[in-house]
Amino acid sequence: MFEIIAQHPIPAALVALGGLAIIFGAILGFAAVKFKVEGDPIVEQIDHLLPQTQCGQCGYPGCRPYAEAIANGDTINKCPPGGQNTINAIADLLDVEAPTLDEEHGEESDVKTVAYIREDECIGCTKCIQACPVDAILGAAKLMHTVIVSECTGCDLCVEPCPVDCIDMLPVEKGLADWKWNLPPSAEEQINALHPDDIIATDAKDDDTDHDAKHDGDNGEKAA
Amino acid sequence: MRKVWDLIGGVHPPENKHQSVQDSIGTLPLPQKLVIPLNQHIGAPPKLLVSTGDKVLKGQPLAEPKGMVSVGVHAPTSGLISDISDHPIPHPSGMAARCITLIPDGEDQGVEYQGTDNFREKTPKELLKIIRTSGIAGLGGAGFPTAVKLNARQPISTLIINATECEPYITADDMLMRERPEAVVEGIKILSYILGEPDEILIGIEDNKSQAYDALEPYLEDTNIELVEFITRYPSGGEKQLIQILTGKEVPYGGLPADIGIVCQNIGTTHAIQQAIVHGEPLISRVTTVTGKACTTNRNYQTLIGTPISHLLEHNGFDQSHCSRLVMGGPMMGFSLESSDIPVIKTTNCILTPNQEELPTPPPAQPCIRCGMCAEACPASLLPQQLFWYAQSQNYERLDAHSLFDCIECGACSYVCPSNIPLVQYYRASKGEIRKQAAEKVNSDRARERFEFQKSRKEKEATAKAAKREARKKAAEQARVKSAENPAENLTGNTTETKASAADDIIKAAMARAEAKKASPEEQLAKLERGVVRAGSHLETVQKRLGDLEQEATDKQREQALAAVENARVRLNDAQQKLSEVKVAPADSDPTSTSTEKALASTEKTIVEKIQASPSAALEKKISTLKERIAVTEEKIASADDDALKTALQNGLEKQQTKLKDAEQQLTETPPETEGVTNTTSTTETMDAAASAIARAQAKAAEQSSMSDEDKLKASVESLQKRLKKAQEKLTAAEAEGSEHIDAFRSGAEKLQAKLTATEAELAEKAQ
Repeated sequence: MFEIIAQHPIPAALVALGGLAIIFGAILGFAAVKFKVEGDPIVEQIDHLLPQTQCGQCGYPGCRPYAEAIANGDTINKCPPGGQNTINAIADLLDVEAPTLDEEHGEESDVKTVAYIREDECIGCTKCIQACPVDAILGAAKLMHTVIVSECTGCDLCVEPCPVDCIDMLPVEKGLADWKWNLPPSAEEQINALHPDDIIATDAKDDDTDHDAKHDGDNGEKAA
Repeated sequence: MRKVWDLIGGVHPPENKHQSVQDSIGTLPLPQKLVIPLNQHIGAPPKLLVSTGDKVLKGQPLAEPKGMVSVGVHAPTSGLISDISDHPIPHPSGMAARCITLIPDGEDQGVEYQGTDNFREKTPKELLKIIRTSGIAGLGGAGFPTAVKLNARQPISTLIINATECEPYITADDMLMRERPEAVVEGIKILSYILGEPDEILIGIEDNKSQAYDALEPYLEDTNIELVEFITRYPSGGEKQLIQILTGKEVPYGGLPADIGIVCQNIGTTHAIQQAIVHGEPLISRVTTVTGKACTTNRNYQTLIGTPISHLLEHNGFDQSHCSRLVMGGPMMGFSLESSDIPVIKTTNCILTPNQEELPTPPPAQPCIRCGMCAEACPASLLPQQLFWYAQSQNYERLDAHSLFDCIECGACSYVCPSNIPLVQYYRASKGEIRKQAAEKVNSDRARERFEFQKSRKEKEATAKAAKREARKKAAEQARVKSAENPAENLTGNTTETKASAADDIIKAAMARAEAKKASPEEQLAKLERGVVRAGSHLETVQKRLGDLEQEATDKQREQALAAVENARVRLNDAQQKLSEVKVAPADSDPTSTSTEKALASTEKTIVEKIQASPSAALEKKISTLKERIAVTEEKIASADDDALKTALQNGLEKQQTKLKDAEQQLTETPPETEGVTNTTSTTETMDAAASAIARAQAKAAEQSSMSDEDKLKASVESLQKRLKKAQEKLTAAEAEGSEHIDAFRSGAEKLQAKLTATEAELAEKAQ
């Protein structure tokens, strides 16, 4: 065996390398099948950052399609319900500069809303039920419909199809459970809140020509 | 002496406790009104038991606990419930919540309390129930229902009584121990009994309460209760901090003391438990400290829950102009109140009225200079500085990584900060934001799930529809192929025979279907009988389950079970009713079947006629029927008042008109009586006509096999009467029992009555 290898070094080397190539190829091939990643993981991650209102304001039929579009290079500032927070989070994920919200697709609103059906006006046409992306409207043909408030994402999609215009978007009432402390005002806000007289002379802009004299005067006052 | 561990970090602000311990615990005259918030604890709000205008006695429950983590509230004195509405409550938000307003009648009449002389006669479970219904929630500040805390799943080896009261100014627990040591110690014994006599019982007390220490000591002589004194340092009274000082153990991140076999109770809570179990007195008052330089008198009071703070302040010579801000709680962890028209609740241990000198308005924050004093002061070993930076930049991930949720919000870091940065407010705001985001995440995950489920459901529906369409298309194609084969034969001769055979097949199929329908009443009867039996057995099992539940289930479960029983009963009724309907039916079913046969015979006749008629005649006939239909449709459109209906009808009309045009064209194209060419069209035509005729016959048969309208109405009137009678019986039974579902019964009976009268009216109309 050894002699054969010694006598034919080049073919032996080729055989050895070929053998290794086959082994590693088999391992890689196996791994590619065994550890195959289903779908595009980046789409999944973007989808998890989107607010899942399924409102379609971005121009895509739902949050996941928009996530797919972003993964394929669409701009990330088309989601008004998510607002700047979502844009920042996606920008962070994709490592790009965070743009501001594209106003074309709607404005960011702090007030969360839910749909409310004025039930005595509802004619039972089921149009809103078909429009709801999360099955949050309950009802049947010619019977009154109602919104399951806990499931409503406030996407507005049911308002437009209603033939008798009996759906309102009402702001979600905020109770004690939703209350939270606010961040203290930032340094800038604090300074802005101060009365001009409270700002000491050295902080003020010196736009006066006799600014030496003013300084002296101020210092005198302070000392006093 | 027991080994005592050191508090990590901590600060020592001026104690300012001496002012309010000069006098004993006082009592105040009854206030003009008491405002009792429904939810004074952490957990679910209790269920209201009274309504406006009710007269209540002292100690009478106003609301009972609803759900696991809940406690009730009781009337602090006798009087009249004047209002149940939203009223500002002691909360940092200054928001309003549901409160019961009680106008005292001044008589202070109470219900009779049922105490126990020897608590050991009762099981721990019974004692826990008394604690729960007596409305006891942690009086130390958090207000967590005590019964839940004592009902630990893990075995408890150490009971710790928190007598630390480490915040400056507050002396409520101190005075309680000085004046009622016996009751406090008895309360500890009750706690120990409930917890299954833990190995160690420790009272943790700071060394600035020597009088309380001396008062307690004699009562501990023959017990295994140990009084442990340690150095005064804020915040040694934090639950986790106290556990660390006394045992050296650390509560795991995100865990509870019970996870390491420890239960911690406040002195005030211990006293309230003793009152509830020995004297049967629910939690209707507590000791509250009123202190601060804006009040001339600084003292502790046994205060009724619901007493407006303004009432307390009035009796202590409060001077608004000297007060820098009104604080509930201590100067470190308390919060400012916007007005004094806020009631004292179970967790109100102190009303602080400091003047500018005691608690000045905080100066504006300066930039952080990275001095690190906050890290030294932090009792939870966190890095307040880092947390501050991350909170400022709203980097919630990093905040979580730096264990923000271990922060106990004690305020030691803010206290030592040389730049006067309100650090705790940053942490509170960030915690709120993180909690909010977590809640939103849960919601958005659910929305995604629902969206994806809907998408998959719609896809499934679409594929099913497509498959159906495909199958229909295939069948149509086969039929076309078959009819295409037939004309080849037709050309050679005998057309009528093949036509007749095709028609025969169709007629046979229709007859078979009619047969099947005729046979069905018996089957239906059997099916319905089976249904009744099944519904009956279902009802039995549900009732049995309800019986099982009765003993230990929660209210919610019981309600669910009751609803299930109700449901089952309704189903049984329905099934029985249907059965009776069907049983009445056989009398009419004979004529129906004959009429079905008649209908079939007539269809057969028309089909045969059609087949025998020449193709052009058939076309003419078709055109005339189409014209008739169009006329009918036009009439309908004229009379229709619904827009949607109108458009639908219009569409139908258009279709009919195009069909008519086609038929007319065909008629002109068809040369009269040229056999070979028209054969194919006429066969397909016949097929169409036959199919529609059969459909009509089927519809008619279906209609006739059911009863006539009048009979139907009569049957429904009968059943409605039966149901109404039953409902009324139920209603009277419910009234007798005083069931809580009485309203539902009543409205059900009313609805049935309305339905019955409507049906009777209809019947009368029909009879005319």
